[in-house]
Amino acid sequence: MIARLLTSREALLTGAIALLLVLIASRFPAFVEPGNLASVFNDTAPLILLALGQMAVILTRCIDLSVAANLALTGMVVAMLNAAAPGVPIAVILVLAVALGALMGMVNGILVWKLDIPPIVVTLGTMTIFRGIIFVISGGDWVNSHEMSAAFKAFPRAEILGLPVLSWIALTVIAAFGLFMARAPLGRAFFAVGGNPHAAVYTGLNVGRAQFWAFTVSGALAGLTGYLWVSRYAVAYVDIAGGFELEVVAACVIGGISIAGGIGSVGGTVLGALFLGVIKNALPVVNVSPFWQLAISGTAILIAVAMNARASRRKGRVILKRAEAPA
Amino acid sequence: MSATGTDRVIPDRLQSPFQRRLKSWETLLLAVAVAIFVLNSFASPYFLNAWNLSDATFNFTEKAMIAFAMALLVISGEIDLSVASIIALASTAMGAAVQIGAGAPALIAIGLVVGLACGAFNGVLVTIMGLPSIVVTIGTMSLFRGIAYIVLGDQAYGGYPPDFTWFGRGYVFWVISFELVLFFALALVFGVVLHKTNFGRSVYAIGNNPTGALFSGIRVTRVKFILFLLTGLMSGVAAVCLTGRLGSTRPSIAQGWELEVVTMVVLGGVSILGGSGSIPGVVIAAFVMGLVTFGLGLLNVPGIVMSIFIGLLLIGVIAAPRIWTRLRSRAAA
Repeated sequence: MIARLLTSREALLTGAIALLLVLIASRFPAFVEPGNLASVFNDTAPLILLALGQMAVILTRCIDLSVAANLALTGMVVAMLNAAAPGVPIAVILVLAVALGALMGMVNGILVWKLDIPPIVVTLGTMTIFRGIIFVISGGDWVNSHEMSAAFKAFPRAEILGLPVLSWIALTVIAAFGLFMARAPLGRAFFAVGGNPHAAVYTGLNVGRAQFWAFTVSGALAGLTGYLWVSRYAVAYVDIAGGFELEVVAACVIGGISIAGGIGSVGGTVLGALFLGVIKNALPVVNVSPFWQLAISGTAILIAVAMNARASRRKGRVILKRAEAPA
Repeated sequence: MSATGTDRVIPDRLQSPFQRRLKSWETLLLAVAVAIFVLNSFASPYFLNAWNLSDATFNFTEKAMIAFAMALLVISGEIDLSVASIIALASTAMGAAVQIGAGAPALIAIGLVVGLACGAFNGVLVTIMGLPSIVVTIGTMSLFRGIAYIVLGDQAYGGYPPDFTWFGRGYVFWVISFELVLFFALALVFGVVLHKTNFGRSVYAIGNNPTGALFSGIRVTRVKFILFLLTGLMSGVAAVCLTGRLGSTRPSIAQGWELEVVTMVVLGGVSILGGSGSIPGVVIAAFVMGLVTFGLGLLNVPGIVMSIFIGLLLIGVIAAPRIWTRLRSRAAA
């Protein structure tokens, strides 16, 4: 039991993050001050939110490559709404962002569920379509800081008990997701459907429907992050969060989510995202060019997927018992 | 059950009622291509011009070279999302070589070798280590382009010699560019390899049933490894042409091409689940995508709006036969 705990992905990742922090702290002690660690967490919050949604999708043997485009489109819509009607309260904007994101997730989900199109094709397609729509509705223009209302920009930065709202949202979603995946029937269905679709059908689960809801959850979180992203950086344009979908998948793979479905945990996903977040924030501190980041996250994906495969490799079934015996 | 079984064939394409009705996917695509061609020539007075049409071919020739190899890879049940990043890395390597005075032959050799090496790297991870190709190539997609970013940062390489840039800009005869000739030559080679050789048959067999293929004596891992090598090599070829055409290298070169290459392959009738597809289909799909992009460009439609069409085309092309089958079965019931 203890050996299993120590070799689990969560323990390994916690160890790796701790080691990283110790190495950085040995030369730049200011990096591990609680205030800075909190800001690293805050900076990683969008990645954590998207990675949790992606986890649900990957658990059901799908993949969602449209999350970054979904985020950017939702962000642009709420930013334009705010620029046009600054009086709309933040609560309405939040609901709208989640709803719009969920709607885009449902489009992916319907195509996968009802038309049986491979998820990678669907989301590659919707990824370009969503990005294109941003250009069409914005005409390629930016929504800049001065066009957004003060309340719109202040929301994710407002501090409660010393932590910004963005961090609190991430913490809330992590807790809710942990509970949801462990206790809710739909959360368990994600695991069952990905672990063995045939068995899931025989236990009365609808595989396509579980996948549909996984995409919807992923879309809703992308929409929520869309508003938070745009208001935090106080700018919206066509290319925001370009290529972010790969970082999200990377966080999941590093967090031990098996791309073959059915294996993964909320804790692992969060740690995977934090691992990338610490690296990203540490690079400028230890004076490494940010251009290294892409190659580092690529290497991290490859190492993580190799470890995932080793952990889940099953021994072949013995068919010819007699042939096996002499050896 | 037939006892002789001599007249049995393994189909190259999965037959659906919709496809059988229209004879084949390729016929339908060809009709689409002709329709787009006619529409374009009505929509813009600048369309029917030999030089304009020749320029339009550059929209797809380089991508199609990769798409041929990718088609084989997808038919075998794998995928390579790192192709655009291989272009970036190969182009960066060639750019670095120019700075120390390499000539055209050396540059081409470097481009092709880097492509092969990247393909081999993907191939080892997927076939020998048994990792899923989609995650591996998402990883190497970051890694290869990441190396290009480390080397170049926000800089650019230039100063390619004219006898090298000829491979991207040169014309063999009148308006027929070198790239177009290469495109047709490669289409022929890949068509023959896929449809007329044992190797091609084994690619289909692996895509339809890897375990069955293995038990029939096909060296599954070797064939897949060769396909990754080929895809890497073709990315190297595309890197030579693209670098020559642009005359400079930035780390963001060919960004997003993996999507367009996969779209071209799927549009060409290759099943993304593996096991079926044809090279003629991919050739026509290349023309369809090139004509759509060129026609919309003449109508002053911005590139990003064209990507909406590409995305809709990708989903629509796969969804249409499925909706059709669904409607037919509902009507029958």
